[in-house]
Amino acid sequence: MSNKNKTYNRKKVVTLFFFCAITFVLLTVRLVDLMIFQSAYYTDKAEDLHERERSIKAARGRILDRNGVVLADNKTVCTISVIHSQLEDKEEVISFLCEKLELSEEFVRKRVEKYSSMERIRSNVPKELGDEIREADLPGVKVDEDYKRYYPYDALASKVLGFTGGDNQGIIGLEVIYDEYLSGEEGTILTLTDAAGIEIEAASEHRREPVPGNDLVLSLDYNIQSYATQLAKQVMATKEADRVSLIVMNPKNGEIMAMVDVPEFNLNEPYTLTPEYEALRAREEARKQAAKERQAAKNGEETGVPEEEKKSEEELKQEKLNGMWRNGCINDTYEPGSTFKVITAAAALETNSVTLADTFSCPGFIIVDDRKIRCHKVGGHGAEDFTKGICNSCNPVFVTLGLRVGADRYYDCLKQFGLLERTGVDLPGEAGTIMHKKDAIGNVELATMSFGQSFQITPLQLATTVSSLVNGGKRVTPHLAVRAVDELGNQAESFEKEAGRQIVSTETSETLQMLLEKVVSEGGGSKAQIEGYSIGGKTATSQTLPRGSGRYIASFVGFSPADDPEVLALVVIHSPQGTYYGGQIAAPVIRQLFENVLPYLEK
Amino acid sequence: MATRFKTVQGGRGQSNSQDTYFDYSLLFTVLFLIGFGLMMIYSSSSYRANLDYNDSAYFLKKQLTAALLGIVCMVVVSYIPYHFWEKLAVPAYVISIGLIPLVLTPLGYSSHGARRWIRIVGFSLQPAEVAKLSMVIFLACLVCKMGKRIRTMKGFFVLMIPPGIVAVMVWKITQNMSSAIIILGIAVLMIFVASPDYKRFIIMALVVVGGAALVVFVIVKMASSPEMMEKLEFRGLRILAWLNPEAYADDKGFQTLQALYAIGSGGIFGKGLGESVQKLGFLPEAQNDMIFSIICEELGLFGAVAVILLFLLLIWRCMIIANNAPDLFGALLVVGVMGHLAIQVILNIAVCTSVIPNTGISLPFISYGGSSVMFLLIEIGIVLNVGRSIRLKDL
Repeated sequence: MSNKNKTYNRKKVVTLFFFCAITFVLLTVRLVDLMIFQSAYYTDKAEDLHERERSIKAARGRILDRNGVVLADNKTVCTISVIHSQLEDKEEVISFLCEKLELSEEFVRKRVEKYSSMERIRSNVPKELGDEIREADLPGVKVDEDYKRYYPYDALASKVLGFTGGDNQGIIGLEVIYDEYLSGEEGTILTLTDAAGIEIEAASEHRREPVPGNDLVLSLDYNIQSYATQLAKQVMATKEADRVSLIVMNPKNGEIMAMVDVPEFNLNEPYTLTPEYEALRAREEARKQAAKERQAAKNGEETGVPEEEKKSEEELKQEKLNGMWRNGCINDTYEPGSTFKVITAAAALETNSVTLADTFSCPGFIIVDDRKIRCHKVGGHGAEDFTKGICNSCNPVFVTLGLRVGADRYYDCLKQFGLLERTGVDLPGEAGTIMHKKDAIGNVELATMSFGQSFQITPLQLATTVSSLVNGGKRVTPHLAVRAVDELGNQAESFEKEAGRQIVSTETSETLQMLLEKVVSEGGGSKAQIEGYSIGGKTATSQTLPRGSGRYIASFVGFSPADDPEVLALVVIHSPQGTYYGGQIAAPVIRQLFENVLPYLEK
Repeated sequence: MATRFKTVQGGRGQSNSQDTYFDYSLLFTVLFLIGFGLMMIYSSSSYRANLDYNDSAYFLKKQLTAALLGIVCMVVVSYIPYHFWEKLAVPAYVISIGLIPLVLTPLGYSSHGARRWIRIVGFSLQPAEVAKLSMVIFLACLVCKMGKRIRTMKGFFVLMIPPGIVAVMVWKITQNMSSAIIILGIAVLMIFVASPDYKRFIIMALVVVGGAALVVFVIVKMASSPEMMEKLEFRGLRILAWLNPEAYADDKGFQTLQALYAIGSGGIFGKGLGESVQKLGFLPEAQNDMIFSIICEELGLFGAVAVILLFLLLIWRCMIIANNAPDLFGALLVVGVMGHLAIQVILNIAVCTSVIPNTGISLPFISYGGSSVMFLLIEIGIVLNVGRSIRLKDL
């Protein structure tokens, strides 16, 4: 070879090698910097990029009755979705899902072929069907389990329990009030995903377990509620009434054992209008129309179809639903009528305006100022003592008592009894009392108030006030929830309510017990009598407002045992057909109820 | 050092009556790198390959085919006396120049938005890889022919003409600036070794570094005014993205940033083989130019340093062979290959670690790329043959 590999060539090769080696060292220094000193920074950044947070729903707490009967439960349902990038045989998936989920091919195809990381096909699929789909093991089809609220007894206590919405949050009833206890805490899964957002299976998950909601134990009794519902339905049917409300409570501590307001609705399908409600609604519409026509005829105007405010289909539906969900026991007020005489009697006794020995005379009416107020007995009750007066439910007697007490003291009594405030029941939307202003109460107003007219209260307010008057005189707070219990069965929170302030003296309370016992044993409430039990009570027949519609409200409030009440019940029958007297149609309902409930409670 | 090889290699008697040298260290280092590369290609590409081609081994299979073919070529070439290439120097140079414009003909095809490949009888080929090999041979030949004339400035520029032509063609026709830089780099290193002068090369290096700094400075200045910003082409933006990858995270800085996430999150010992997350579609070209980032993420600093040491070993073996080659032609062939390897390794790691702006350079033997691995193996075959021609008695 002419060209020898010279020494300087070799030196240069060695130089070249060391130049490379030094560069490698410098690059290694850079790597050390990145992989040790900046490692934490880049690791955080990378994890932010890779992790997706996914929430795990917490099981909602159940609602139990006082004996542990489950009134609201959770059911496992499935959500079916497709993951676009994992699909293999689209046609197979489309036909399979169409068949299983009973959906149109067009609907499924649109979703399967849509390019997105995950597309939901259908939610709220029953677990069995979800399992079937999972077992078919089609690539790209994902079945996720989820909880759905489920009410085993459909319509039972529907207006009390309420229901939940799509995100498992309460919409009405106890589900709203105790939402924070029932809902629990959502858990989270931090999953690793690839760049397209698809979860990487087998990648380690950071998981925070969900905390299930607390179970809510009620004072409500499944058996009493069922029976009360049955009775209410029965009387509504036989008397062709619009609505019937029935409240059963413990007068000593305010615990509500049953609260019925028929027609009720199916909690599992709360957005479906019931035929009963539709019928009621149609009746109300017809009445409104008739009243309008009468009004028009009276004014001598032409009768024509007036321009109604046009409501959209949706608004109308929502309005109807709201109407169906209304709990008449607490959301609506009515004129209590004669049952309110219990309150007037209590006010008179408490202000020493009357003694049991006082005698009265009823000519069938009483003149107050320039007004003649009639008694319900046209011929009058004649001479009677106070006990007889309450047994007869004699209006002139109570007008006299009211006037003796006087507007100021009477109003103060109502205030003291707690009648002017809301009861504080643990249900949403409680209506307040509609009452005259104190300085607007003249003699005429005072006279009508004395026998329960010219103002409105809720049925629950009446039941609660009567309870408080006959339980020894302590104001109670009506309530349904007793305690929240965690998943291990430990009490998380107590909702029991102490009996509140003394609103009347024990003597007044005992006198009232005696008087009301007489009403049942000798007076207008005789149809509530049961052999072997002492029962106190008061009937009422009031008019549906506005007056003159020819419709009535029959009600009866009863309690037993009369001298130491353990249970108190109020029934309010709206617009019964035929006989509408409380003593005739409402008292028997309470009798039937007590015939079953009293022996049941003794056990 | 030399005696040590005598004892080690001497035991393996060749069929020749004369004891010859064979560099097993080099061979096994290369084979190990190929095997390691296949493993990393599978690791970094299987997830995407499964999604895109429904075959997790899609890239592995293609690379394995190229690697096996390359190994066969390497063995064959290692038996061809290297002086044979002297005769092929001019045709090879002409062919390599001729191949480059073919990418613009219907034979050529695009991938990743660049038209850099041609397809001949079912094989796809990157003309730039052919050009690198033929440039090494042609330049080694030219240096020997020119003799002492290369020492002058004029000789230097004459020598730079052939690689300059190829580099410009590769840059302008195939839009592949990185390959052009590599070709020029190889040429400069070969001339550096061939010439006794130092000063000229040091000045040249300073000029290049200074020029690069000036370009960066000008681009940063341009970026500060919005109307000038619009005139910056994508290479200008790449430089801005390199200086501040997080500001260009959605665009030019994306790959750089994702590579840094991969490297940084690897830590000292890595996440474990196959455990990279960045390869799941986050890091573009994970099995290709950016495979070193995935090595860092999965095998940590230890794995990365081990790979660097392997390349150092490879370059060291090249140095040994070059310095013991029987003549300057053999030595220059080896130096060309050595320069080729060194430049690609350094630039690739520098790009991954964001030491220099992003440009597409693959990691020899490890990155996915059939042409690249085949031609590298042919080059190693030449080096092995130069090694074979070392007579032990000369050592």
